[in-house]
Amino acid sequence: MDKRCSMKEAIAASVKTGCSLVIDGFTHLICFAAGHEIIRQGVRDLTAIRLTPDLVYDQLIEAGCVKRLVFSWAGNPGVGSLHALRRRSEAGASSRIALEEYSHFGLLSRFLAASAGLPFWPLDNYAGGDIARANPEIKTVQCPYTGRTLATVPALHPDVAILHCQRADQEGNAQVWGLLGSQKEVAFAARRVIVVAEEIVPTEVIRKDPNRTLVPGIIVSHVVHEPWGCHPSFVQGFHDRDNEFYVAWEEISRSPERYAAYLDAFVYGVEDRKGYLAKLGAGVMDRLRAKPRVCAGVDYGY
Amino acid sequence: MASASERMAFRAAQELRDGDVVFVGIGLPNLACNLARATHAPGLCMIYESGAIGAIPERLPVSIGDPSLVTDSLAVVSQAEVFQCLLQGGRIEVGFLGGAQVDRWGNINTTVVGPYENPKVRLPGSGGACEIAVHARRLLLMMRMSRRAFVERCDFITSPGHRMHGKSRAELGMPGGGPARLITDLGVLAFDETGEAVLTEVYPGVTPEEVQAACGWPLKVAARLETSASPDAETLRLLRERLDPQGLHL
Repeated sequence: MDKRCSMKEAIAASVKTGCSLVIDGFTHLICFAAGHEIIRQGVRDLTAIRLTPDLVYDQLIEAGCVKRLVFSWAGNPGVGSLHALRRRSEAGASSRIALEEYSHFGLLSRFLAASAGLPFWPLDNYAGGDIARANPEIKTVQCPYTGRTLATVPALHPDVAILHCQRADQEGNAQVWGLLGSQKEVAFAARRVIVVAEEIVPTEVIRKDPNRTLVPGIIVSHVVHEPWGCHPSFVQGFHDRDNEFYVAWEEISRSPERYAAYLDAFVYGVEDRKGYLAKLGAGVMDRLRAKPRVCAGVDYGY
Repeated sequence: MASASERMAFRAAQELRDGDVVFVGIGLPNLACNLARATHAPGLCMIYESGAIGAIPERLPVSIGDPSLVTDSLAVVSQAEVFQCLLQGGRIEVGFLGGAQVDRWGNINTTVVGPYENPKVRLPGSGGACEIAVHARRLLLMMRMSRRAFVERCDFITSPGHRMHGKSRAELGMPGGGPARLITDLGVLAFDETGEAVLTEVYPGVTPEEVQAACGWPLKVAARLETSASPDAETLRLLRERLDPQGLHL
C-alpha cells in the first residue's frame, strides 16, 4: 500500500489536540519539519514525550502547543538551556506546563515495556536519589528469584510517534544508520507511526539490505518525503548538525521578543518545509552537506 | 603555566588506564580521554551515551550526539543497548559526571536549584547521569569549586554518590563503586571509608585554606597532602595545538 502523503496531511490526520506525541531522535534525525507543521496547525494540549526534548520541543512549548512534558534531559545539547521551558517552570512563572521527569534509562524503559506488550519494566536504578521521590510513577518490585528490590516504570503508549529516517519505501519500511536513539522502541510502543524520509526509494532498494531496516512498514501509517526535514539537527550521510544555529539559538531563545520573531519568520511565515529551506538559504545547506563516506556493503547470498 | 581547565583535564587523564572502557561526556572529560589516548592509554575505549562505541572523533564534538562520533567508530548501538547491556550489564569501568551542586558524599544535582516544585533554576535533569552514577565501577567527578556549587546539602540528588539521605550504597545494594575522585580546579578530593570527600591533593601554589574557602562544608584534609603533578610543556602543546585547537574547553 502506498502510504505517502504531505507533512500537512500526515499531521492533520494524526496529531490532534490533547493527544500524546513523540518526535524522536537522539540529537540525530530530529524532525523539526513535523514540529513546525504542528505549530502551524495550532494543535493544543499535547503531552510531549521524549528522552531529550530539545529546540523543537521548546518551540512547541513557546507556541502554546504543550500541556505536559515527559522527559529525562531538557536542554540545548552542548550549549545551554531551553528557555521557553524555563520561563514556564521556574519560580515566578505566570503560566506553567506540567513536568513528568525520569532519567534516560527510566523513560526508555517505559517504551521498552510498551513495545514488548508488558505493563511495566524493571530496572536496577534510582536507589538513594531523588528522581523516584519526585515522580510517583516510579515504583519498586521485589524480584521473585533473588529477593532484590528493583525500580519499575509503567508502559507508555504514545498516540503518535514521528520518526525521521535516511530512506524508506512507500510502505514505510524505514532504513536508518548512524545514531539510533530509541526510534525502534518508540515506534513499537506507539499507537500510530509517521515515517518521514530524506529519500523515498523503491522497495527493491530496501530488500537489498534488510538488516538496515529499523522500523518495518507493517507498523507505519503515513510516509512523508521531506528532505532536510531535520535541520538544524543532522542526518548521517546527508547533512551535518548546524552547530552554529544551536549556539545562536541560546541568545534568540533567551528573549521572548526574538523568539516570537523567529517563529514568525521560520514557522508561521512559511507554508511548508520548502518555504523554510528557501528562507534558510543555499549557503547554509552547502555548508552542511555531508562529505561522502560510503561503506562497501555486504553479501546476502546463500 | 597551565590554566585551571588544563590542570583538570590533565589530572583526570591520569585516572584513566590503558584498556579502560569509559563512558564519556563532552567538554573536559572528552578532552581528558583524548589526552589519555594520545599519551599513556592508547587502548582506551570511549563510549558515548548516544551509542557510539570506540569512537575516535576527528573533531571535538559540540554535543554527545555528533555525527563525527559515528564515522570510524567500532560499533553504533541503540539507547536500549547503551543503558541495558553496557551500563546495567556492568560493562563500564569509568564514568564521568559533573553538575550544578555536589555535596561531601559526592551526590550530584543537575535537576533544580531551589525546591523541586517551584525551582529558582530549572536545570536539564538527569539524562543518563543517574544510571552512570549507579552502575559505573569508578566514577570521576569534575567540577570547579565555589561555595555555590560545593554545598552542605544538594537541593536535589540526581545522581547518587556514597551516602544518600543517611543510607550508604552498600545498604541500598547499589552495583557500581561510586565516586572515586572529585577533580576540581584547586585540587583533588578522594573518598574515605565512610564515603566522605577528603582533600588529598592541591595544585602547585594552592593552599588548603583556599580550598576550604571555596567549599560549603567543613572539609576533611588528608594527613599527607600531596601536590598534584603539573602537565609538562609537551603535554600542554598537545592539549592546545592538537586536542583543542579552537580552545572550546580550555
